[in-house]
Amino acid sequence: MAEPEYLFFLGCLIPYRLASYEVSARKVLAKLGLKLVEMPEFNCCGFPVAPVNFELALSLAARNLCLAEQRNMNILTLCNGCFGTLNEANIILKEDKPLRDKVNGYLKQLNTEFKGTTSVKHLVHVLTEDFGEAKLKEHVKNPLSGLRVAQHTGCHLLRPSRRVGHGDNPEDPKALRRLIGLTGAECVDYVDEAECCGNTIIGVDEGVAFQMAKEKLDHVKASGAQALVTVCPSCHMMYDFNQPRIEKAFSVSYELPVLHYTQMLGLALGFKPEELGINELRIKPTFLPSQTRS
Amino acid sequence: MDSSPPGVFGLTEAAEDAQKPAATEKIDPQFKYEVMKAPGAGKIQLCFQCGTCTADCAIARFTDFYKPRKFARLVQLGLKDRLVGNNVLWLCTTCHTCVDHCPQGVEVSSIVRALRNLSVESRGEMPFIFKNFATSILKTGYVYLMPESRLKKREEQGLPPLPKPNLGDIDKLFEATGFAETLKTVKTIEDVKAKAGSQSG
Repeated sequence: MAEPEYLFFLGCLIPYRLASYEVSARKVLAKLGLKLVEMPEFNCCGFPVAPVNFELALSLAARNLCLAEQRNMNILTLCNGCFGTLNEANIILKEDKPLRDKVNGYLKQLNTEFKGTTSVKHLVHVLTEDFGEAKLKEHVKNPLSGLRVAQHTGCHLLRPSRRVGHGDNPEDPKALRRLIGLTGAECVDYVDEAECCGNTIIGVDEGVAFQMAKEKLDHVKASGAQALVTVCPSCHMMYDFNQPRIEKAFSVSYELPVLHYTQMLGLALGFKPEELGINELRIKPTFLPSQTRS
Repeated sequence: MDSSPPGVFGLTEAAEDAQKPAATEKIDPQFKYEVMKAPGAGKIQLCFQCGTCTADCAIARFTDFYKPRKFARLVQLGLKDRLVGNNVLWLCTTCHTCVDHCPQGVEVSSIVRALRNLSVESRGEMPFIFKNFATSILKTGYVYLMPESRLKKREEQGLPPLPKPNLGDIDKLFEATGFAETLKTVKTIEDVKAKAGSQSG
């Protein structure tokens, strides 16, 4: 049976800063036979304007949902923020008729209409539910035995759990943990795994945001993990890109590599680190062959 | 004692604000209904002040003055002026732990979102970062201005070109929701604070 096709919602942060996530995700998904269809046109999911005008955020999200509806496809995102926003808009607009009518009034000017016929999925849902973990395991050619990592699923893939759906435990996330296990690596426990990275308020109060990230990095470091694994560009930015700044702010040293899950899976599927954008990470994973300390 | 380093807003001032006695303030009994109209904020009257939201709030752990329980109470009491325009509201990370943990099913983070939206609408102010984001979306469809070099690098990496924005449609949505107008006149909180500082000093 042919694998389903997804309308690929790349978002803004990935092309802006994290090509490593896109490169590795595209390689891995292609290898698994999962087909991506590019968005015919694009606007931001709406997440960054929800705090200032939620109706605009809903309208921007609905505009993207309409593009998927017109093609009778589900949306695939790599970003927790895009998933959370598009999924929330999809559910709110399905449940709240007066609000749907209002947003559809705006969309009418665009000659389009939200009908509520698509689903929004994050990469983690596509791998665990649509593709299937047993099948994923069969594809692993190069098990990452001996590697010990920690998982950070990220808020918008967990909460609010009623709206997020997909049945992961928001207090003790398991889906990413299982996906890590399938690569042959060990996923270690640490304190407060479901806590927020803080990146959404970095532009409002960097001090508070960095304290949140520091606490997480402290806990991960104490667990003995060799790396932290993320599935969201925003969380990744906080822990990888900003790690040297956090180290400086608190006079600590972590040197903790932060991998996109797609990079780990890519390694397990037999790709070389240089094919997966691993050289673009700020903190180099020196435990991998061909990675040297910069 | 304030355990956090100073933020861009001088958040300790807002903390002092929260200590004012309620008896001297205007009470707006209709305020809660205004808030309840916002998506997700409809259950605010069910809040019985257990404090679970504050106890489990990541921001409350790192500050002495960010207390979601208090936001809910102030809405119920109609103490509008303590909430609308209070810069503390901008600290919510939207981790939504409060929503999951509320025993009454109150979507606390949706209430914070409603209060932020109302603050922008009635005060005409927002943090610089959000003005910046919205302006970029309106101009380019993306929340960041993509430098030429990145688009070029995509080619080198064998990545497909970025999807083109439909700027006409984006413009229409900004207009229809009234946010295009807001964006024309809105001040940044950082600017307002800097001006107030230079006038008093």
